[in-house]
Amino acid sequence: MPHNELNVVALVSVGAHPTSGRARRAEQDARAVELGLRLAGSKLQVVHAGDPHAEALRAYLGMGLDELAVLEQGAGADALPALGAYLSGAGAQLVLTGSQAETGEGSGMLPYLLAERLGWPLVVGLAEVERVEDGFAQVLQALPRGQRRRLRVRLPFLASVDNAAPVARQSAFGPARRGQLRAEDVVVVDDALLSEAQLQPARPRPKRLKVIKAKTGAERMKAATAKASGGTGQVLKDLPPQAGAEAILKLLVEEGVLR
Amino acid sequence: MSDIIRRDPRAEWIARNRLHPLHAAMQQQGTPSSWMGPNGVLRKNPHAVGFIGPNGIKRIDRSGAQQASGQRRAAAEAVQLPLHVVEQPSHIICVVPDMVGGRLSSHDKDLLGLARQLAGSGGAVLAVVFGEHKESAFDTAGVDRLLQIEGSEYAGYAPEQRLQALAAVERQFVPRHWLLPDSRSGGGELGRRLAASLRERPATRVWQVAGERCTGRAGAGREDINRPLPRLILASAECAEPVSETRHQALAVSLDNGVARCLPRIEDLGPVAVDPAAIPMAEAEFILSGGNGVQDWALFHKAAAALGATEGASRVAVDDGHMPRARQVGATGTWVTARVYLAVGISGAIQHLQGIGACDKVVAINLDPGCDMIKRADLSVIGDSSAILQALIELAEAYRNGGARDAA
Repeated sequence: MPHNELNVVALVSVGAHPTSGRARRAEQDARAVELGLRLAGSKLQVVHAGDPHAEALRAYLGMGLDELAVLEQGAGADALPALGAYLSGAGAQLVLTGSQAETGEGSGMLPYLLAERLGWPLVVGLAEVERVEDGFAQVLQALPRGQRRRLRVRLPFLASVDNAAPVARQSAFGPARRGQLRAEDVVVVDDALLSEAQLQPARPRPKRLKVIKAKTGAERMKAATAKASGGTGQVLKDLPPQAGAEAILKLLVEEGVLR
Repeated sequence: MSDIIRRDPRAEWIARNRLHPLHAAMQQQGTPSSWMGPNGVLRKNPHAVGFIGPNGIKRIDRSGAQQASGQRRAAAEAVQLPLHVVEQPSHIICVVPDMVGGRLSSHDKDLLGLARQLAGSGGAVLAVVFGEHKESAFDTAGVDRLLQIEGSEYAGYAPEQRLQALAAVERQFVPRHWLLPDSRSGGGELGRRLAASLRERPATRVWQVAGERCTGRAGAGREDINRPLPRLILASAECAEPVSETRHQALAVSLDNGVARCLPRIEDLGPVAVDPAAIPMAEAEFILSGGNGVQDWALFHKAAAALGATEGASRVAVDDGHMPRARQVGATGTWVTARVYLAVGISGAIQHLQGIGACDKVVAINLDPGCDMIKRADLSVIGDSSAILQALIELAEAYRNGGARDAA
């Protein structure tokens, strides 16, 4: 279901492999590109703010893009002003991003700040664009626990995708070599964060200890050997099946799992 | 009951006289092994210590639980935690819990623990709750002030309207810190929206706060970022110990000025029906699980379809070939996190109970009232599973049809 008239921009970053740390295409950004390719086909614009010579960017070109715009910046620069200025002039109707970067701070704030700056609505966790008509888009939003919610949002809007979006297609070597990385000069603003914060290799988080606040040895023994129990449960005995089922249905409705 | 110790000479006399017709009754009531004598001296009867165990052997429990059971139970009842009172808070720490299913999740409780730590003795923890809730333990979770914001405009997905309300909270209370859970169930999104609108740079995925600095995960989790503690903190689960030793006031407060109603740019068209079988079992919300006690598997599948539940099974059911291996719940299968777990004919082996440890509400249908699953369950129905499932299918269909009629 391509929406060929839709002007879609995908913002991408350079990721890092979770084990080796090698530069790669970022998982969620690749999903954003995949979604953009399904929506706009070859008219999709892809933008990166950073180093135009990064080899990892070619993995996005290998997904079937002819070119990729790179707003040239150093490593410690703030991507927000450059991207904001680019997008306000790009005439985009839909901007797709990943939820958070795989390197650097990775706070996931960029889509929110861009939406605030551009004054556009933001859809978090976009899973699918169902249809676009009359300046409105009907989209599916991914919720935790595999649920979906249907939203109607005015164009233009920003959307961040997470792991519920369609899996990115494989990157092909030939198109990756042939594609163009088009560098653009922008005003560089340094990020103030790194002057006051330190990045360090992740420490394993301390495992939470099971603290037993027992006064006597018998209580400690009981706590150490007790089986899992939910405390005082309600037990319905010697009831007709109808009454038992009614009690269960009441709980299901109260918990809101029966839709 | 008053605490004055009084003798009952007649009862003592009956207890001494083995030929008295009421002697057995007095014995059954339990002869105290120690009591306060009339002169305030503790008297002990070494023969009365302990009880006769199930095999007819005398057992002595030194913890005091057995002896206290006889005479004065009132003293040992319900330990009241000390109440922490904040009259005039010097500062406010504002927490916006997720309230998944209308209750504080363990993530929310950890967050309230962190807020309590930041508030110290002079500050107050303000919890902002949207809409209706079912939580009754705000006081023991560490909430000093509770702001409940209600209205139809907050129902469903209304992040922009909620943001307006939080902006009003910001203007009225001027909290020293904002704390939100960095979770996928709403807190992470609302917190980032709030940060963007307040123009505060938040610390995200924070897992440790020590003094004036905090540590959070950065990038894809291969690095930590250590930074000065900002005003807005998005904390991950287990960021601090939950409050456990004090009770708090949980005083209801309200907003002085109403919240401006914003024109929503994102319209919520409601949830979409998802095929429950396609949801990964580890994150399914509602699981119907069958075990050895299920006779009619066709009926079981029908019930799962009627209730809209993801199917699960115990190991026995999988071994017998009634369900695929991927559907096995428990330590040897999938550890599930369902909010509601409906166990049909599962007696509750320890491996299975471990697998459902993270479930909120467990409902059991079983024939055996003494099994371990009944001890774990919040609601148990003793009876034939086929009849109950059949009744449940009919009721669920009637509920759906009734609901549809109401909506139309």
